[in-house]
Amino acid sequence: MLLGKVIGTVWSTRKDENLVGSKFLIVRQVNLELEPQKSTVIAVDSVGAGFGEIVLVAQGSSARQTTFTKNKPVDAVIMAIVDKLDINVKEQLKEILEN
Amino acid sequence: MLIGRVIGTIWATRKYETITGFKMQLVQPLNSEMEKIGEPIIALDTIGAGPGELIFYATSSEAVIPLHVEMAPVDASIVGIIDSINTEKS
Repeated sequence: MLLGKVIGTVWSTRKDENLVGSKFLIVRQVNLELEPQKSTVIAVDSVGAGFGEIVLVAQGSSARQTTFTKNKPVDAVIMAIVDKLDINVKEQLKEILEN
Repeated sequence: MLIGRVIGTIWATRKYETITGFKMQLVQPLNSEMEKIGEPIIALDTIGAGPGELIFYATSSEAVIPLHVEMAPVDASIVGIIDSINTEKS
């Protein structure tokens, strides 16, 4: 899954009829320091994510495996809201030494 | 499948109901020479890999199979812990 931050919403009236009623959020990818990256995706929300929350996005055909996105032309779904990110200290030390 | 190293863990209480109870690990993708490839991803762990362990993971909708649930929005799952790798220098 992809780590991201909810930064906005997409409204669309003229769209594929299967998408009527779906809620589209804009999620910007973030790195482990939660710094925003370039890429953003439009994802259907399946867990009630709010603006600014750090979320996980599943992409590809797995994104259709929810009651919100079944049989819909959707390839990205927000499926978790992150409470805590534990980075293994050893990895951080290795990275600092490498740089 | 792809090779990776477990570099951390994600905790999330609010999530899609069919993926509750599964650990979500932070994985740094690697190639067979242990070089980092791309950004870390999050993979579900049904195997019980520990931090720092070398693993391999399946992506796309195949990642849902290890969960044994009808439907789950998961696009990466750890499917094995690597004991050893030997490669011919190519």
